[in-house]
Amino acid sequence: MLQINGLKASIDGKSILNGIDLTVPQGEVHAIMGPNGSGKSTLSYVLSGREGYEVDGGTANFDGQDILAMEPEERAAAGLFLAFQYPVELPGVNNANFLRTALNAQRRARGEAELDAVQFLKLARAEAKRLSMPDDMLKRNVNVGFSGGEKKRNEVLQMALLRPKLAILDETDSGLDIDALKIVADGVNALRGPTFSALVITHYQRLLDHIVPDRVHILAQGRIVKSGGPELAHALEAGGYAAFIPEAA
Amino acid sequence: MPAVAETLDTVQAATEGGYKWGFSTDIEMEMAPKGLNEDIIRLISARKNEPQWLLDWRLAAYAVWLKMTEPEWAMLNHPPIDYQDLHYYAAPKKKPGPKSLDEVDPELLRTYEKLGIPLRERAILAGVEGADGAPADGDRPQVAMDAVFDSVSVATTFKSTLAKAGVIFCPISEAVQEHPELVRKYLGSVVPTNDNYFAALNSAVFTDGSFVYIPKGVRCPMELSTYFRINARNTGQFERTLIIAEEGSFVSYLEGCTAPQRDENQLHAAVVELVAFDDAQIKYSTVQNWYPGDAEGKGGIYNFVTKRGHCRGARSKISWTQVETGSAITWKYPSCVLQGDDSVGEFYSVALTNNYQQADTGTKMIHIGKRTKSTIVSKGISAGHSNNTYRGLVRIDRRADGARNFTQCDSLLIGDQCGAHTVPYIESRNPTAKLEHEATTSKIAEDQLFYCRQRGLSQEDAVGLIVNGFCKDVLKELPMEFAVEAQKLLAISLEGSVG
Repeated sequence: MLQINGLKASIDGKSILNGIDLTVPQGEVHAIMGPNGSGKSTLSYVLSGREGYEVDGGTANFDGQDILAMEPEERAAAGLFLAFQYPVELPGVNNANFLRTALNAQRRARGEAELDAVQFLKLARAEAKRLSMPDDMLKRNVNVGFSGGEKKRNEVLQMALLRPKLAILDETDSGLDIDALKIVADGVNALRGPTFSALVITHYQRLLDHIVPDRVHILAQGRIVKSGGPELAHALEAGGYAAFIPEAA
Repeated sequence: MPAVAETLDTVQAATEGGYKWGFSTDIEMEMAPKGLNEDIIRLISARKNEPQWLLDWRLAAYAVWLKMTEPEWAMLNHPPIDYQDLHYYAAPKKKPGPKSLDEVDPELLRTYEKLGIPLRERAILAGVEGADGAPADGDRPQVAMDAVFDSVSVATTFKSTLAKAGVIFCPISEAVQEHPELVRKYLGSVVPTNDNYFAALNSAVFTDGSFVYIPKGVRCPMELSTYFRINARNTGQFERTLIIAEEGSFVSYLEGCTAPQRDENQLHAAVVELVAFDDAQIKYSTVQNWYPGDAEGKGGIYNFVTKRGHCRGARSKISWTQVETGSAITWKYPSCVLQGDDSVGEFYSVALTNNYQQADTGTKMIHIGKRTKSTIVSKGISAGHSNNTYRGLVRIDRRADGARNFTQCDSLLIGDQCGAHTVPYIESRNPTAKLEHEATTSKIAEDQLFYCRQRGLSQEDAVGLIVNGFCKDVLKELPMEFAVEAQKLLAISLEGSVG
């Protein structure tokens, strides 16, 4: 599904990713853990195509396509979804409107029929209900006046509606209390299946108690320094990052 | 709401580029020679078979105009206008009314078609006899239209329905013939001939426009609409609109403009006067889309407009809503004189400038009566190399006890070559008045664009969505159909402004 080889990237001439090798097979959920400044967010932005991130080398293949050559919206239509660490506010833009516009833009790009307002609202209400989100969240402006937990739940709602092939969750657990964390985790778990992969980026092991990953990778200084099963997260929780990054201790 | 989706569709449809309504129509014209003098004014007056008092009024305005100079305080730059190099009168040649659409000048019909005017309305506009008796489409709100095709109103619609309610809605030239006492009483009573340079010019040479009279206690049964188009080369457009709402009446008036693409600059200097008596309400909505000039700033309409409403009666209300996307130069300050006690003035504005457009627009709220209230919401959007200025005056008279004003001016910048300016003037002579002013300036943030694109929206769709969100407080004041049209216009007008 996602295959990254020797990926190097920089911001303003400063190298952040120094040769990432990572493969996420279809249907698997992988976690990336790492200390602050290890390049976790940079990896998610490079994969989703944010401006200002320079790719200096390596390849990233998504579902058979060279995604590094694609526009952000093309990557989205191809099935790549990024749940933002800090979801952005869009004043005056109705949440339901935004979601429907996004969904239909993707459907159009894939040559699928667009949903009319009635079909969309039915779908959106059902998903919102499943995520224990009140209906009025759809009527409010995108993320404006949302609490931290509401913003993250809104990201998960968008993910549920857009049905990506690969979701990157960039520290979706940050700032969430335990109830919100469970709702977010349930949302991700509900999507798990043979056609859904996820890259869960997190600082803490806590989220991985709720979204149990198939593989855990430790990212430090722009490289994957260690990979293992879910038990690796527990080892990390017990011993800290220092054990895996000798020269940074 | 499907409006945004429609906006996005429209942007796609329009990516072929260019000004969607940039075409001109070749129909037989009757035109006065270029230049402005008393003889031209006499000619206009004679062609329109005007009474002596109106000719005298025009000539007096002309005399005043000659002594005036163009205002220079606005933040606008343009080459000098040669007022002698314009035609001041042009009219499609009058023939007896056609019996069916087959008899109508096909060029005229094509123009309507390009404007997207529905077939039935085209027939009415083209003056097909009996067409205005046809039933309205069931699912659409009724809109009566008075089309100004160049300087002469081609036709007036729904006249019979309106007549039953006692509403007069006709070209002002017709009102001069049919209701001279009303025209004489109110013409120039809100915007006097010597009000300003462009108002004086308009008073001297106006050729046509709309006249609306709503009798006491009548709620106008439909929204009144006018399409203005500039069509003849070098023909200045000098519309004159007069709306009178008697005690306890209500009217909603829609004005929408498109103009054909031109290389030469075209002058437009309209005057709109509104009068509201006790408990009357006038809602005046404009979507203005004159040709803005090309991407290099060549061509485009010069739009110098004087719009003013007079809340003469107690508890009267005048509400201006405008969406300004067109014109090379916009000079326009729809204002309210709040004379009646407890009268209310509102101004909701979206002004969008792109490329080399310049807009200096805003409002004046003059509080005279007690407990008068005004609201100003202005949204300026600047892109390209354009300059966008909000200029507004809130004046509280000594007698205006308990007057209140709320002003909100927001500016949105797209790119780093454009300018946004806010020039609020506040004069309060009454200590009991309460005035609030809020202003913000923001840029479309990179993270907003990226967020939208990550969800699958193209860059242009994302800009359209964010801009429409920014303007929401104003757009929601527009009648529904107009709001959809305005959203499309905003998106189209910003094409190519990012990335």
